[in-house]
Amino acid sequence: MSLLQISEPGMSPEPHQRRLAVGIDLGTTNSLVASVRHSLPEVLDDEAGRSLLPSVVRYREGGGVEVGEAAARQAAADPHNTIVSVKRFMGRGLADATRVPSPYRFVDAPGMVRLQTRAGELSPVEVSAEILRVLRERAEQTLGGELVGAVITVPAYFDDAQRQATRDAARLAGLNVLRLLNEPTAAAVAYGLDSAAEGIYAVYDLGGGTFDISVLRLSRGVFEVIATGGDSALGGDDFDRRIVDWALAETGLGPDSLDAHDLRALLDAARRAKESLTDADTVTFAVQLSSASRVSLPLTRARFESLTRDLLERTLLATRRALRDARLKPEAVAGVVLVGGSTRMPQVAQAVAELFGRAPLTGLDPDRVVALGAAMQANLLAGNRAAGDDWLLLDVIPLSLGLETMGGLVERIIPRNSTIPVARAQEFTTFRDGQGAMAIHVVQGERELVADCRSLARFELRGIPPMAAGAARIRVTFQVDADGLLSVSARETTSGVEASVAVKPSYGLGDDEIATMLQAAFGNAQADVQARALREQQVEADRLLESVDAALQADADLLGADERAALDALIARLRSAREEAELPALRAATDSLARGTELFAERRMDRSIARALTGRRIGELGN
Amino acid sequence: MTDSNHFALLGLPQAFAIDEDRLESAWRRLQAAVHPDRHAQGSGTDRRLALQSATRVNEAVRVLRDPQRRAAYLCELRGVSLQAESNTAMPPAFLMQQMGWREALEEARAARELPALTRLREEIGGERQDLIARIAELLDVRADAVAAAAAVRQLMFLDRLLEETDHAEEDLLGA
Repeated sequence: MSLLQISEPGMSPEPHQRRLAVGIDLGTTNSLVASVRHSLPEVLDDEAGRSLLPSVVRYREGGGVEVGEAAARQAAADPHNTIVSVKRFMGRGLADATRVPSPYRFVDAPGMVRLQTRAGELSPVEVSAEILRVLRERAEQTLGGELVGAVITVPAYFDDAQRQATRDAARLAGLNVLRLLNEPTAAAVAYGLDSAAEGIYAVYDLGGGTFDISVLRLSRGVFEVIATGGDSALGGDDFDRRIVDWALAETGLGPDSLDAHDLRALLDAARRAKESLTDADTVTFAVQLSSASRVSLPLTRARFESLTRDLLERTLLATRRALRDARLKPEAVAGVVLVGGSTRMPQVAQAVAELFGRAPLTGLDPDRVVALGAAMQANLLAGNRAAGDDWLLLDVIPLSLGLETMGGLVERIIPRNSTIPVARAQEFTTFRDGQGAMAIHVVQGERELVADCRSLARFELRGIPPMAAGAARIRVTFQVDADGLLSVSARETTSGVEASVAVKPSYGLGDDEIATMLQAAFGNAQADVQARALREQQVEADRLLESVDAALQADADLLGADERAALDALIARLRSAREEAELPALRAATDSLARGTELFAERRMDRSIARALTGRRIGELGN
Repeated sequence: MTDSNHFALLGLPQAFAIDEDRLESAWRRLQAAVHPDRHAQGSGTDRRLALQSATRVNEAVRVLRDPQRRAAYLCELRGVSLQAESNTAMPPAFLMQQMGWREALEEARAARELPALTRLREEIGGERQDLIARIAELLDVRADAVAAAAAVRQLMFLDRLLEETDHAEEDLLGA
């Protein structure tokens, strides 16, 4: 008897069924969008043939927003309304944002800093969404259709607040986020699949504003991150700033004598000088200041290297620590991949080569490799799996997660470098008789004191019944999903009182805020909003019907006759509700089918686990 | 799968001695089946189950990879709770050795002597290997979970000491 051909859920062999998905590298300096076309990942260019979109957003006089080159050209002339390197402010408070001089007017706000522009007070999330929107439109035009989703890359060392902010920005730009993917891991995918590499690899990623180091084990299509480290506030921008500081010291100008225009002009000139020093031994650093004075100084590469030596040293320290966390010596590493435009600085490549005792791999363009890897992962997640496309990414959390305990100390719940998804629970108790509530403060970081870690969220478990001190059993559970995002729940186990929080309120935007912004972005007409809601619900219904169909094709034998009949009835009801296109009925029918498939889904998951261990595949099980 | 034990989930015999290659390969194969990336286009239920299952598999691997956690878990499966927090009784000789090592650690830390730290780590590491061998015998040969639990409590002491030695080394290297 011939074997039945069963396509796995999410596998769509026909090209016309191809779902459009993209990978987006939302960088500090430049952003890119890439997609898999004709089975190869490629970066998508704009109409002028440029692939790198400068991550610069300008709010124009009289309304309107421009993004990219045009905005970058106006940065020095219109510094308050032209936001450069907004990534540095994602998920950050005022204190972090103002640590280094920049020409913006910051506004303190709960959670995340805001920027005062002529378009009003803006969150970095809104500014980033403008960049993502341009890339989404570019992709939709190039690919000729609506996107099913996007993989957005983030620095591996981004904490929870920064990840949440990035995901919110993507949602605000109208993108369905398939996954947040760590930038070094994306680069490893592009390299690993390109060269069929095996063994231990290190990815050294120095971008415009962030540094990551990831150590991975590549083995038969599995990319396992063993350890990651870095600094989410260290990048090429800091090298530029060293040039500016040097120029000011040489000319005797105090930083207070400069206005925002001068500061932006100096930073831009510093970046150009740094880039020229990649090939030249000496450049002239020349800037015309608004006070009519002119700065013109020769800068040698040797001088530049000594000005920035400690920045480079910080990346090497983080690299050694990541190797230590991985319990590996540099010699164990089979290859080192350089990622990010800042690795073009000759001293960086040289220092990395010395540390690992081997020349780094630079076969793929360090500006593009992250977007290419993200596109491959997006293609896989969107369900465009081709034969042989069965790689798997096992990533980790970069920073430990914990809770505040007595005396401002941190109780670590999930240590850094834990493979995600991960969940861990810890029990606490009350310290006063009759204590009715418990404050829960979630923090992230490696330090012992709460004050030295990043505060992620605070919430309260209330309604604990009166008990003697130490009698209550409060179980706090941390769950980190495959995007590296945390949710926390707390439960008093003797009474069953519960409280939970998706770690959003103290950083990032609330769901209501996003909904309001989306409404504003897509036009205020109530009818539009309703039409959109209906369409989203229809997409959800289609997705559910499709996945249940595929599940029934593969595993119908797991259902008894009665169970099958009940399921078929729910499917028929959803199909007719789908046609009638009434939002409440459609929502209700979708929910009932979703609930009705739970037991079936559990049995299928158990079966796939059993099969994974016996090594048999679906195709081998027919008889 | 929620009620199966870690060994059964990974298809491994319920014993302290473990085939590490088999453990790693089972981990990869299971994640290849259940990981959320494999169910990204599934229904909400599918995705929730994928998250739970992948989390469960990672937890099982975390416990079984580490000798201390694996031994503690086996003791509990055999009905012997470790009571690590309430039961701190240790043989006097073990306690004396502990105190000696702690003093050596403090001295090396204060004197910022990396070679002394490395020697100490190797010495404790050697003792740890002996202890693990003893636990293996107690669990797999003599089936004495009570005695094994006592040895696991000692292993916890050693692991904590090793961790502190690691931190001290890190501090020296980072300075």
